[in-house]
Amino acid sequence: MSKPHLELTGVEMAFDTPKGPFIALDNINLKIQKGEFVSLIGHSGCGKSTVLNIVAGLLQASRGGCVLDGHEVNSPGPERAVVFQNHALMPWLTVYENVELAVRQVFRKSMTRQERKDWITHNLELVNMAHAANKRPGEISGGMAQRVGIARALAMKPSVLLMDEPFGALDALTRAHLQDSLMEIQQELNNTVIMITHDVDEAVLLSDRIIMMTNGPAATVGEDLHIDLPRPRNRVALADDAKYVHYRQEVLSFLYEKQRKLESLNSRRGSSAKPEAPAAKHSASA
Amino acid sequence: MTTLSARISQSMASGSRQLLSGIQPGEWLSQGKQLLLPLVGILVFLGFWHLAAPQVETSLGAFPGPVQVWEQSGQLWQEHVSQRERADKFITMQEERNARILADNPEADVRIRDYPGAPTFLDQVVTSLLTVLAGFALASLIAVPLGIVFGLNRYFQAAVNPLIQIFKPVSPLAWLPLVTMVVSATYVSDDPMFEKSFLTSMITVTLCSLWPTLINTSVGVAAVNPDLLNVSQVLRLSFWTHVRKVVLPSSVPMIFTGLRVSLGIAWMVLIAAEMLAQSPGLGKFVWDEFQNGSSQSLSRIMVAVLAIGFIGFLLDRVMLLIQRKVAWNE
Ligand SMILES: Nc1ncnc2c1ncn2[C@@H]1O[C@H](COP(=O)(O)OP(=O)(O)OP(=O)(O)O)[C@@H](O)[C@H]1O
Ligand SMILES: [Mg+2]
Repeated sequence: MSKPHLELTGVEMAFDTPKGPFIALDNINLKIQKGEFVSLIGHSGCGKSTVLNIVAGLLQASRGGCVLDGHEVNSPGPERAVVFQNHALMPWLTVYENVELAVRQVFRKSMTRQERKDWITHNLELVNMAHAANKRPGEISGGMAQRVGIARALAMKPSVLLMDEPFGALDALTRAHLQDSLMEIQQELNNTVIMITHDVDEAVLLSDRIIMMTNGPAATVGEDLHIDLPRPRNRVALADDAKYVHYRQEVLSFLYEKQRKLESLNSRRGSSAKPEAPAAKHSASA
Repeated sequence: MTTLSARISQSMASGSRQLLSGIQPGEWLSQGKQLLLPLVGILVFLGFWHLAAPQVETSLGAFPGPVQVWEQSGQLWQEHVSQRERADKFITMQEERNARILADNPEADVRIRDYPGAPTFLDQVVTSLLTVLAGFALASLIAVPLGIVFGLNRYFQAAVNPLIQIFKPVSPLAWLPLVTMVVSATYVSDDPMFEKSFLTSMITVTLCSLWPTLINTSVGVAAVNPDLLNVSQVLRLSFWTHVRKVVLPSSVPMIFTGLRVSLGIAWMVLIAAEMLAQSPGLGKFVWDEFQNGSSQSLSRIMVAVLAIGFIGFLLDRVMLLIQRKVAWNE
């Protein structure tokens, strides 16, 4: 096996709280190959965002570390671009300017002005947003804004693309549409992707691998499921594909039998088939 | 848990807003109301004033009604015009004289003295406006950068917060003697660029109007969306780019809220400071008329009161216009 592209070793994360340290993550070990599409799935509050933020460099692990292409990660940088749950576009900039801010910062020296311009337009076209280049985030829908957030991240030519519930706040149709675009783009660019999701179907459809996390505190990797389905994948055709159904079953049984969360099942409406409840933290900030 | 449904209803609401923005049947009505109702309010006020004023007897005669005040404002304008004519004559006379002297002796040192007459009401308005704008500009130049620094640094903010809380409520009347003494002691120059009285009023205005901008700016800067801060970190923006491209635009709405409050305070403070310090301006006009005690004084003061209110209103409107131009959320 080749040397891993991205490697997390013995990652522990302790947060300082008024009641003393809170151990959120304990001994996370993960090796990810170049071009792999990895989903992180687990119950709310188990520490998925924390893992992602450690890879992004936005958080520092209290023990262990993260190595990307042989370099230790200890600060954020554009080679690990992040797509945030609520698009995180600057509301005062147009769609074009939002992507431009990133492109100018990353390719200030290596691209001419014209090249940058073409590159921005190219990325907006990739997510089908070139037509709204001069609109502000407030003037476009949530799904469109999320696509711009993805374009901005892709435009940085990241070696790893990190996505924290990128489609969590979207309605089912928009979500399906964006999942398809994301699959196409990933097919084309062969990016390494780590994506957090609450949606089992989304995880199975998009991923090469699903990392299932145990419940916190002191959460760790519970199961590591390789999804061996041919690409390009078609959601309709897969719906009654035996392998697909089997993978889906695996994830569901991990979440609702092995890592069953009693309080969350009782208090949450309609979460029996498809856990979609957004994190309390996110709804508060939304 | 409510995120999804809230979002959907939000997007539906914005959609229907967009649909409606073409023609809104209710708009005409509401625009008519918007013009009509204030007009009704003003007319009722004038009527009430007209009836009530003669009932109030003062040592200077009955309180002036709207008619007297209107006449008096015409009178003040006439005074201004005739004063201007005299001033022009005074200057041309000097110029002619100087030309004659120069014709006789090209080396002669000639001067033109300013017209020595008292400033008119309009002159005082202009003085006040210039002073308030200068004081407000200085206050903004200090408050916005300081506010950004405080907002960016929690520790700094904690250190200066008590000072801000203590200085904020200080009345201009308390600052004035101190400012006067300091200005006369430190601003010594043979050929001063500014009048001392101008500096005193301006600095007092600055000291009192600084605080709302300072506080709002620091609150705005501290409240930048953490997601956007993360974006800035992922992009590795330099400190200056971060401030220019993320922090500043994000806090512009808050900064402008502060600036508008500051400008309102600046205008109120200025009138009080001018009255107390006898520095030129509308405040002095009011005080002089009060001391004058002629039968017209009350009407003239009333003209000044209305002018002060109207100018304050206009200043706020101008700020609002600038805010609409600059702020992204308008
Ligand atoms: N800054 C912090 N200080 C203290 N505790 C924190 C902090 N950030 C996260 N935690 C705790 O760490 C745990 C993991 O949080 P995290 O946000 O990673 O969960 P998550 O899996 O992303 O959840 P969700 O699916 O709801 O987004 C939670 O129990 C949370 O309360
Ligand atoms: Mg999370």
